[in-house]
Amino acid sequence: MTPNSSKQAYSKDVKVDVHYLTRVEGHGNIVVDVKDGRLTKCEFQVIESPRFFESMLVDRSIWEAQHITSRICGICACGHSLASVKAGEDALGIKPSEDTILLRKLLLYAEALDSHILHIYVLVAPDLLGVKSIMPLIKTDKPIVEMALRMKRMSDYAGEVLAGRHIHPISFVIGGLTQMPSQDGLEKLYKLMLDSRKDTDETLKIFKKLKFPEFQRPTQYMSLASDEEYAFYDGDLVVNGGSKTRVRNYKQLFTETVVDYSRAKIATINNKPYAVGALSRFNNNFEKLNKKAKAASAELGLKAPCHNPYLNTVAQLVEWVHCLEESIAIMEKILKNGLDEKKVVVSSWPKRSQIGKIKYKPNTGIACVEVPRGSLFHEYSINESGHITQANCVIPTNQNMGNLEEDMRQLVPLVLGKKTQEEITLDMEMLARSYDPCISCSTHLLDVKFV
Amino acid sequence: MRKPPKPKAAFFDFTDCEGCQLQFANMGETLLELTELVDIVNFREIMSEAGEDYDVAFIEGSITTDTDVKRIKRIREKAKVIIALGSCATIAGVNGIKNRSPLDLAKQRVYGDKADTVNTIKAMPVHEVVKVDYFINGCPVYIPEVISVIKCVLMGKPYPVPNYPVCVECKMNENVCRYEKDQECLGPLTRAGCNSWCVNYGNKCYGCRGLVENPAVNGQKDILLKYGLKIEDILNNFTLYNDSLGEKYDPEFK
Repeated sequence: MTPNSSKQAYSKDVKVDVHYLTRVEGHGNIVVDVKDGRLTKCEFQVIESPRFFESMLVDRSIWEAQHITSRICGICACGHSLASVKAGEDALGIKPSEDTILLRKLLLYAEALDSHILHIYVLVAPDLLGVKSIMPLIKTDKPIVEMALRMKRMSDYAGEVLAGRHIHPISFVIGGLTQMPSQDGLEKLYKLMLDSRKDTDETLKIFKKLKFPEFQRPTQYMSLASDEEYAFYDGDLVVNGGSKTRVRNYKQLFTETVVDYSRAKIATINNKPYAVGALSRFNNNFEKLNKKAKAASAELGLKAPCHNPYLNTVAQLVEWVHCLEESIAIMEKILKNGLDEKKVVVSSWPKRSQIGKIKYKPNTGIACVEVPRGSLFHEYSINESGHITQANCVIPTNQNMGNLEEDMRQLVPLVLGKKTQEEITLDMEMLARSYDPCISCSTHLLDVKFV
Repeated sequence: MRKPPKPKAAFFDFTDCEGCQLQFANMGETLLELTELVDIVNFREIMSEAGEDYDVAFIEGSITTDTDVKRIKRIREKAKVIIALGSCATIAGVNGIKNRSPLDLAKQRVYGDKADTVNTIKAMPVHEVVKVDYFINGCPVYIPEVISVIKCVLMGKPYPVPNYPVCVECKMNENVCRYEKDQECLGPLTRAGCNSWCVNYGNKCYGCRGLVENPAVNGQKDILLKYGLKIEDILNNFTLYNDSLGEKYDPEFK
């Protein structure tokens, strides 16, 4: 980080140039330029090396898509895997069993728990406590650091029991799981989840006292929504609680545009930026939160609709409570009723004896799941040999980019003349961090038009 | 007796998913123990402090741009020890699939008419550009192996990456052979060290740790042919992770 700081406070000229924003996933720069009190430049530049995933997918077998796209991102590996598996099933016309879907929801909650707690404690809390990272807190607040790591470890263990590992899950594939989670593992996980309730209460007490920056800017909040539950795994798309759009028609709802300073596209709805992620889900689906999560939001003072982007982190904490309680409920169901192994276990690829015998129809599969940072879309077209001819992945961070820049454009004039350049730089960093940007994901990049 | 100074460690990521660094964060209490032995001075993903004085550099990701090349050379000048972390750094990983098609086509597929603005070169493992002292293979890295390697680094000993196939560990774990289950698997050709992680969870080996030095290519070829698979299918399996080695292995199959 090299904030180009000036000693002179309250200047009319401000230049914020954060090269390699820290405590985010991936490489991004923040550039703000104010001359004579006028904002001339305000960009969040994604400078991660391009990775060409959508080009890499072309000509690969649809059965490989989950393995490859999981590698787009280490943090969101389970989300990418599930979006990929659902899109693959949509293209192939495969329907997974109810037990499989139950386990997938559990994995998705586990990932939200894991990613949210990492963001809350390791990436955001240091700003609120005036330190540069969690490292100094190991000395000053060891019990809290240990608690954060324990919560992280629980959610990570969930990935391990369910999928073999959290980062690049092994057993979740098209049609089901390659292996049942072990009974011992499930029982241990259930116990750890119950233990996490205490850490959750403690965390709520800590965050209730922390002060987040004040800033209001209503925007368009997009997320999945479902009549049945607080949507993560399935649903239709809604904006600010309005009418529903089928996931299949996502391209009619929003458009993506190329900008030359960034390796990621800017997405808009009705030519205006929009937000995805915990705060959008919270605003659209507050009523569907479980009782404990609603109580947590009351305790934290978070009300829907909330228009302060800094409070995305608080919405994540409310979702932590929701996902923990939902996971405990699913675990109780599984431990009581068991799972039907015959309906869950499949092989990751067609068996050798079936190769050459399977008939594929050219088709396009589209799917969306809610991952920690927002709505994630995967789309694949396959040919008559089951190979991918065109792929598109729409990433939450890309969708948030335009909204973050709009926030920055509105925030800079509000603090200009009131804060020093250094303080403004920190404001901008915290704002970007509150979106929990995942830049590795965002540079998967653009559509592949395969000719 | 005075304790010797703690070595300073830094983490740098290049082109990748950052999952291997996250494996460190997932160590939980072990990470706290590690910080008693090593000073972590630079870890952008979780820290704002950016120490430029370090002894050991963990390098995650592949080298895929001219900027990457310059950056890794600068790090090599400063670091006493370089550790390549994960498949992208050790064998170019899935990034290597990009090398299968001409770069211009890949750029055009992804960036359309903005293709010319994109800076990209062939995806390379770190050791193709600078000397690497330790290799931790795997996508993602396997924490017990990471800890073994760190012990070796602290003791100043080399860490020999296993040069026998995953099958050795898989047999010890008493897994039923994938071929017996009417499936295919790259275990017979892939370096061990992961404790046959993917097969333990019902999947097959995808070759993420790279190939053993003298793979029994003919043996594997016989197995696959016996089970009715075409050479092209086999080669496509290898290209998932081992494309930077593709030129070396393709001719052996042809």
